[in-house]
Amino acid sequence: MTGKQPYVGQGLEAPHAFTLMPGPTKHTQYPYVTGTSVLGIKYKDGVLIAADTAASYGSTVRYKSVERLKACGKHCLIGASGEISDFQQILQYVDKLILNDYMWDDGNNLSPKDIHNYLTRIMYNKRNNFDPLWNTLVLGGVKNGEKYLGVVTMIGVQYVDNHVASGFGNHLARPIFRDEWHENLTLEEGIQLLEKALTVLFYRDRSAINKVQVANITEAGINISEPYALKTNWDYNAFKNPTVGAEGSW
Amino acid sequence: MAEFGCEWNDAPHSMGTTIMAVQYDGGVILGADSRTTTGVYVANRASDKITELTENVYICRSGSAADSQLVSDYARYFLNQHTIQLGQNATVKTAANIVRQLSYGNKSFLECGLIVAGWDKYEKGSVYGIPLGGTILRLPFATGGSGSSYLYGFLDQAWKEGMSKQEAEELVVKAVSLAMARDGSSGGVVRTVIIDSEGVTRHFYPGDKLPLYYEEIAYRPGLEPMTA
Repeated sequence: MTGKQPYVGQGLEAPHAFTLMPGPTKHTQYPYVTGTSVLGIKYKDGVLIAADTAASYGSTVRYKSVERLKACGKHCLIGASGEISDFQQILQYVDKLILNDYMWDDGNNLSPKDIHNYLTRIMYNKRNNFDPLWNTLVLGGVKNGEKYLGVVTMIGVQYVDNHVASGFGNHLARPIFRDEWHENLTLEEGIQLLEKALTVLFYRDRSAINKVQVANITEAGINISEPYALKTNWDYNAFKNPTVGAEGSW
Repeated sequence: MAEFGCEWNDAPHSMGTTIMAVQYDGGVILGADSRTTTGVYVANRASDKITELTENVYICRSGSAADSQLVSDYARYFLNQHTIQLGQNATVKTAANIVRQLSYGNKSFLECGLIVAGWDKYEKGSVYGIPLGGTILRLPFATGGSGSSYLYGFLDQAWKEGMSKQEAEELVVKAVSLAMARDGSSGGVVRTVIIDSEGVTRHFYPGDKLPLYYEEIAYRPGLEPMTA
């Protein structure tokens, strides 16, 4: 070895300590600009995916008009929570994949499952190099009548289900879905279910804002709504006088 | 071995800063303060944080001075080649994406928040925010630097769509000077750069000519307060 000191034993934190190579090393990063929950449910005619349009910078809600749901190809939609710059990079990877597939001009195109698998390989590979894409991705699509809904996490975990969520949504939205989801939800019922969960997230997730988009993926195609606001309820007597009936409370 | 308490000697040059860019009907206005610090020492009280990338696209730099300078230099280099090959001015979108690629691709090593803004014949005026991490977002207006924390509430109220050039510049000067009043890492003078179809105009607002805010007082010549 040259006169350079190895990184091991320099008293640096764990992410640095795994390598003996001198010089700058890519390592586990920190997220800076992040999106919060993404929700997804299957319904009678397809898949619905929803997310708010906020991107936070630590505790500051810095950007309030960020589209976290993007169509990829004709059959597939990806929603992301986590670091937005990494999501933008993932969209470039998927765009190249779709373009390549299109250029074959062979009458075939990639299914949602294929894209799901591709994303999993990327995420897992980067995780193995301690250089993850800091996202949880929700992927939904419909092809040849088959509805598909899946998740890939930043460590490369991949699964499919009838209803999924990322981040806080796992704790607040999934229980609601478990109670109220069934296979034959109509479009209206599906949207109502998502909006119920989104409202709870707005009340209880500090990174969530009251400006959401819902995407509808069916055999016919993909439609992402314009951002809109949810109805919220604050007008309760218990809220106006929270300490009445509890003498001495704060 | 005790040092002489001079950690500021070795602290990296940082641009605790206030930077901002606003799109108006006809072009863009970029604004910035002029303070560069090494720790608590003000290394440069008259820096120019608004840098040219091409004749129609400028960049506001915040964060580490070294990092933002390098990114700007590389971006200027690539854009220069791109302009020659393209045969016409680069678009603001292209410039912003080149800056994003540098920022995103080196995210573990860089600490700079940037705003790219300019005018091109396709999109007219456009503003792109490129915060830490390398996210790229086209916005009607963007802020950055440590001083920007003090501007969220102000701009939520004061910014509106469809401002004229004069309204936009007044907003920028007011915002940057408000941030300078409260952020220790921002100060000095306010510089603005206006870019439209005609070209580029620079304005300079010296620190003693800025509006006074709460608990600030004006200079008065003579020894009156002392001799009263």
